[in-house]
Amino acid sequence: MTKNNKPLMRVENLCKYFKIKEGQILKAVDDASFDIYKGETVGLVGESGCGKSTTGRCLVKLEQPTSGEVYFEDKEIYKHKYHEEFISQHPEENIPKINPDQAKLDYTKDVQMIFQNPYSSLNPRMTVKDIVGEGIRLHNKKIKNKELEKTIENLLNDVGLSKDHISRFPHEFSGGQRQRIGIARALSVDPKFIVCDEPISALDVSVQAQVINMLKKIQRERDLTYLFIAHDLSVVKYISDKVIVMYLGNIVEKAKSEDLYKNPMHPYTQALLSSIPVANPKIAKSRKRIVLEGELSSPINPKDCCRFSDRCKHVMPICKEVKPPLLAYEEGHEVACHLY
Amino acid sequence: MKKYIIKRVFISLITILVLVSVVFALVRLIPGDPFASEKMTPEIKANLERYYGFDKPLIVQYFTYLKNLVTGNLGYSMFYPNLRVNDIIASAFPYSFDLGMRALSMAISFGLILGIVAALNRGKVLDFTCVLIAIIGTSMPDFIIGATLQYFFGIKWGLLPVAQYKGISYTILPSIALGFYTLALVSRVMRANMIETIQQDYIKTAKSKGISKLRVIIKHQIRNAIMPVITILGPIVAALLTGTFVIESIFAIPGMGRHYVQSIQNLDYTIILGMTVFYGSFLVVANMIVDLLYGIVDPRIRVSGE
Repeated sequence: MTKNNKPLMRVENLCKYFKIKEGQILKAVDDASFDIYKGETVGLVGESGCGKSTTGRCLVKLEQPTSGEVYFEDKEIYKHKYHEEFISQHPEENIPKINPDQAKLDYTKDVQMIFQNPYSSLNPRMTVKDIVGEGIRLHNKKIKNKELEKTIENLLNDVGLSKDHISRFPHEFSGGQRQRIGIARALSVDPKFIVCDEPISALDVSVQAQVINMLKKIQRERDLTYLFIAHDLSVVKYISDKVIVMYLGNIVEKAKSEDLYKNPMHPYTQALLSSIPVANPKIAKSRKRIVLEGELSSPINPKDCCRFSDRCKHVMPICKEVKPPLLAYEEGHEVACHLY
Repeated sequence: MKKYIIKRVFISLITILVLVSVVFALVRLIPGDPFASEKMTPEIKANLERYYGFDKPLIVQYFTYLKNLVTGNLGYSMFYPNLRVNDIIASAFPYSFDLGMRALSMAISFGLILGIVAALNRGKVLDFTCVLIAIIGTSMPDFIIGATLQYFFGIKWGLLPVAQYKGISYTILPSIALGFYTLALVSRVMRANMIETIQQDYIKTAKSKGISKLRVIIKHQIRNAIMPVITILGPIVAALLTGTFVIESIFAIPGMGRHYVQSIQNLDYTIILGMTVFYGSFLVVANMIVDLLYGIVDPRIRVSGE
């Protein structure tokens, strides 16, 4: 893999808070920072409700982050927000305004998302042609119908569907095929970066492998970059170059895939990894399983301490008082824990 | 699709046949008969009964009625011996139909707009206003709405005629009074569906495509939310177009409404049957059209019908 120094996507101190009622704030994503380089696949793992999907949605502009910056190709994607402040502070200089709708349109040309549930993420009233073609039409208004159909047929071919499927409706397909339509849709505008929000968790295991392999093949062919959100650790291990582990809105560990699986440092990562089922019963028996005790604590108004401290068996007094910062333990392996 | 339509027409015909049979039996079970009057001498009564065929066995009468029905003949009224039921319907139905169409188009267009506006401004003042209108519409009986409209627009401000049906200005108040309940119903259904649709994943997909908000609302949200409104349309269309007793009485409109009630009071067998068959057929046809329309709008149903 070629690595240049500049990341394709740079996320800095991303926070997304939801106000539930007066005085109750749900911190879905709290102070998350990470880089994604061109051509790599970054896995984002964690339990349900830990803020993985919210992070992903902030990156495709489906949610407006509460604070923090997201840079795509060195440009802040929410810049128009700050831009307008800047204009109002400097009225004498004639700075052109950024149209937020235009900015979003340009951005969606480069960054797309594959959704979790293929049964609900496709509009039941539209044909495959409309679903896949709507994005193409949007960026290329003059495209002729024949040309559009040709493009869509090629896309369908790439994701393993036949061109006869073009005029069918989503309900005529199986789950795996629907997810392929979803992928074709994401690819239709020829993006550079795709957020895959648990793209296979709703599929049968046999279909999962096909879809994963297809995603890998497409990535090679089109030089794509993925943020791969999942809770299935074996899948993440298979597809990712780097893995980010989240717990209750915080990033607790960040490492290269092989480092993380060989040497998990955060107690939470260790527990997660020990929960992966092993096919060989001999190994499975000899393996020590770390079972987490207690429930996931609430992300509403969290205390400013290590959020894992309630369930951690290595808990120390300091864990309940100070929030551990994310520190590099070795090259490319960062962990947020007071143990290290 | 062709097979589906044929099947649907066949089922509709059966439904109407069952309706005719049941109503025919029920009408005859009502105590008394159309000629029960103190002035009636036994000879005249016997003559009348022979004239209308009541001297024959009931089963023969039933098949005679069916035979006439097939040729479109609904028979003569028993209370007004010179009037044919067909003529009564032909003179009254245009008024009911005209009023019903106006009420219907007002109810659907404003109901949809209200529902959409409410859903898009959920939790805000506009939403609250729309919901309030819907609650008033569903909870207030139509005669109160009718009378209130007459009082304010007709009497107090003198803007519109109070009653009768002679021109466009006469149609406004009764169509509002008639359509208000439907308007409220449509707006409630539409609002609920819009709110449900906005949470669907495919709306998120549409947004992530980068298309404009307006397009997401029109093409993805409204198109999916409008389906259940079409479902409730069948009975509504039939009810509005075939006339209502209350509104037509209040506004003195010579529609079908009063015949429904009067025919029962007079035990006018042929009018009761004729009206019921007419209304029933209307309902069945309206529902059939809605079903076919549903198939056109929703591709999922179209395929399962094939």
